[in-house]
Parts: sequence; C-alpha cells; structure tokens
Amino acid sequence: MDKRFVYADNAATTPVAAEVLSKMLPYFTGEFGNPSAGFYSLGQRAKAAIEEARQQVANVIGAEAKEIIFTGSGTEADNMALRGFMHSKQAKGRRRLITSAIEHHAILHTADALKEEGFNVVVLPVDNYGVVKLDALENAINEDTALVSIMTANNEIGTVQPLREIADICHKKGVFFHTDAVQAFGHIPINVKELGIDMLSLSGHKINAPKGVGALYVRSGIALQSYITGGGQEKGRRSGTENVAGIVALGEAARLKGENMEREMAYVGSLSKRLQEKVLERIPQCALTGHPENRLPGNSSFVFAAIEGETLIMDLNLAGICAATGSACSTASLDPSHVLMSIGLSHERAHGSLRLTLDVMNTEDDVDYIVENLEKILERRRKMSPVWEE
Amino acid sequence: MEYSNKVMDHFANPRNVGELEDANAVGQVGNLKCGDIMKIYMKIEDDIIKDISFKTFGCGAAIATSSMATEMVKGKTIQEALKLTNSAVVEALEGLPPAKVHCSVLAEEAIKAALADYYKGKGIDPTPIIGCTGDCAHCHGEHH
Repeated sequence: MDKRFVYADNAATTPVAAEVLSKMLPYFTGEFGNPSAGFYSLGQRAKAAIEEARQQVANVIGAEAKEIIFTGSGTEADNMALRGFMHSKQAKGRRRLITSAIEHHAILHTADALKEEGFNVVVLPVDNYGVVKLDALENAINEDTALVSIMTANNEIGTVQPLREIADICHKKGVFFHTDAVQAFGHIPINVKELGIDMLSLSGHKINAPKGVGALYVRSGIALQSYITGGGQEKGRRSGTENVAGIVALGEAARLKGENMEREMAYVGSLSKRLQEKVLERIPQCALTGHPENRLPGNSSFVFAAIEGETLIMDLNLAGICAATGSACSTASLDPSHVLMSIGLSHERAHGSLRLTLDVMNTEDDVDYIVENLEKILERRRKMSPVWEE
Repeated sequence: MEYSNKVMDHFANPRNVGELEDANAVGQVGNLKCGDIMKIYMKIEDDIIKDISFKTFGCGAAIATSSMATEMVKGKTIQEALKLTNSAVVEALEGLPPAKVHCSVLAEEAIKAALADYYKGKGIDPTPIIGCTGDCAHCHGEHH
C-alpha cells in the first residue's frame, strides 16, 4: 500500500469541520459585535448567535439552554464544576469530594488542589476494564460528602462508565454528581435528565469545533461559586467577553454531532472493530485494554509485549500515522500513565501501550494501512528487543 | 519528543542490531519496570572489539544511543572503549532531550557491563578496572 497520512489520534483533538468553520468565520469580521452591547443590532446579533449555540449544545444532552455555561476549555469546565461546587453554599459545608483513579488530570489535579485547601478527597479504584467499582462508591459516600465526579468515558482506554447507576447511588445518598464528558460528548448519546447528571463538562475540539471553547452543563437550581468575576457574562457564572466565534462553532459542531450521531457511531464503531479484530488476529502477544463492549466507538487501545510505546509511535509517525501511547517514555516520568496502572497492568505491560482513536474522516483503507504498518513495525522492533520471546 | 536528525537516523536505521553468535562478552543493563533494557554483545580479540551488536527494549532514544554507542567503540581497544562517556554519546547524537539523557548513561553502562563480562570470563575481577558496571538498579535509578 502506498504511503499515506492517517490521523488516528482523534481523542487528542479533531480538525474543524468545514460547516463549522464557515458558520464561525463571520464572527471574526463582519459580525464582530460584543454580545453585551445590546443597544445596537450588531451586538444583538452576536448575543443571538451565542444563545442559538447554547440551545444547540443543550439539545445534544437533553438539557435546557440556560443550564449551559460556555468556558474556554473542558479543563476549565472541570475546574468550574469541582472548585465552584465545593466552595458553593450547595455543598452545605460538606468537605468530601469523591472521584476515580482514571480521571483526566483536569479532575485529578483540581482534586489535589482542593485537598491542599483542606477538602477531603477520595479516589475510587476501578476494575481491570476501567469501570468504577460501584460498591466502593457506595461505601465512600458519607455524611460529609458533597460531590461525586466520575468521567463519562476514559480518554486512554475508552471505557464508558455506568452513569445511571452512579447517579442513582449519588442521589439515593443526597449527593451531587458531575461527569467529565469531554471524550464522550457528541460521540455517544448522553441525556442528563434521564441519567440524572447534575453537572457535565464538554469540549469543542473533540467534536470538530476549534480549540479554546468548552462548556459546563449545570442543572437548574445549582448555584456554583463563580471564580472568574468581572462583567457578569454567562449570568455572572463566568465573566469575560464571550468567545463568540468559538461558541458559534461549538454550537454548530454539537448540532452536527447530534444529528449524525447514530450513523457516525455505527461507522466509526465498525472501523474500530475492524482495527481491533485485525490487530488481535495478526499480531502475537497483544491485548485490547479497556472494556470489550462498553467503550467509545472510536477508541482502540492495546498493549504489546516486549516493545516500548514511544518506539511504536515514532515508527508509526515515520509511516505517516498519528497515534498515542501511555508509556513512561512519552510522559517523561518513570511511570506509565495512571490509567494503565489503575486497571492493574504491570509497568512492563503498560510500557507497550498504543492508543488509536478513529473518527468519521477515517476509512477502511486507513485501518488496513495502520494494521499493515503495525505488523511490520512490531516484527522488526521485537527482533531488536532483548525481552521478546516468541 | 523532539529528536535531532542524528537520533532519528539511528532510531530508524540502527547499526549493529541483533545477537553475535560468537560473542565472548555480553552485558545487560536496565530493567523492565523502568522501561529500558540494553544488551550488548562483543567479540573481543587481542584486547580489540572486533565486532559488536545490541538488543534494546526501550524508547527511541534508548535505541539510538545503543546504536551510536556500538558504533563508537567498534574496532577500538578495551581501554579506549572504557573511556566512552554518556556525554560523548549525547554529543555524537547532536543532543538528547533532558528527559532522555539517562538513555545515554544506560548505553555507557551497557558497554562497561559487556567489558566486565569479558574480564570475568577470563577470571579477572573487573571492578578495579571498570568500577561500577551499571548493572545495579541503584545506579540506574539515580540517573532518572
């Protein structure tokens, strides 16, 4: 097969969709008005544009428009949810925050910061598939617990959490539930009302909107402590002149994802299935990480024996393929990713991790090209490895 | 991770890869937990490293430093090879990212471990000649 460029790192970021770009572009130039300048139509149109986007985002998760707060990123949304809630009156002075071992650093490092402030943080273990242990959750919730934050789906291994069960446990015990849905939003159906989600973080650049825009869904009736104060934008919940073009893009991207979700899930899911089957069939001594069924349609994550992840990534790059690894060498620390450690992989196994995340732009030819190259790379590099045994 | 062209060259086309059938000096350093293991094979005759090869489990820098280190001591005397430093390997590779310098240390240690094995094979205690051969987890750990 001729050399091609294959982008298989869609969990890292995605390109801006053409429809999204054309919808956002006018807001850089002709429609440059400040949404707060409501006395003239230029400002009114900007305001209307962000309100349309708010509705579009809300529609995808079954929320009301007023429950959406636009932010500068998914990370900001996570910070807003955790810090804003733990410091709010809603927390009623309760000091315990419960989260899981496989969260993104936007959650884990924010939880660490809250711990520094004196909050009590409990990090729940997960099983070998990366599913949060529900009995551990139930046991961890005590009288002092204010909030539980468990991600919708994991960025490295793709495992989707049992959100409804988690929400039920939280509500039965009178505790609020936040979910970091940055990887899942727009890729799998999420209905906040049906599932019982109190807060949900999402990001634009994972769904073909640009980087620099995200949102937090906050159920009506929850008042977070604002920590970006100023001109009172976003109903005082997040001040600062709105990123109008970015917000318009997020709205349009969300609309497209919502409308096409069923078809895209089937398509991307079939590509991933093809990839997983071929890799597992053709490459010896490898395994799929994450849950075999309950996983994001685009995520395929593997561990390969006797090979180091960075070597794989570099060789794949030489073949024109963009991929990711959770190996220690990629993180510039001694330890492989906390997610791979949390699902019980040994250091040795986790060093050989590879994540391939596909999306709608990918094709079957891409998949075949990846498999063909991966097979070649592994055969060659394993021969160089002193720990390889056939 | 940004690598120099030299590193990329030695990563993509590593020199002296594999096992030496008639090796009379073999050294291995590193450990699986840390994610890098280097094994060096030498054929030494008349105190000269006539042939050398390596097998490495590790990142791109680990492979490139192994390749470069074997090139640098091939055909050299034992005394010359013992003078090989990790910084000389880094320099020959036109630099390494700070987080990857430990790979060059491992390469230096691997060469020394092979030479120590050679002396041991001849019934000579290598410690006074070579010093720490780097096969202790303690030394490796420190470089990280």
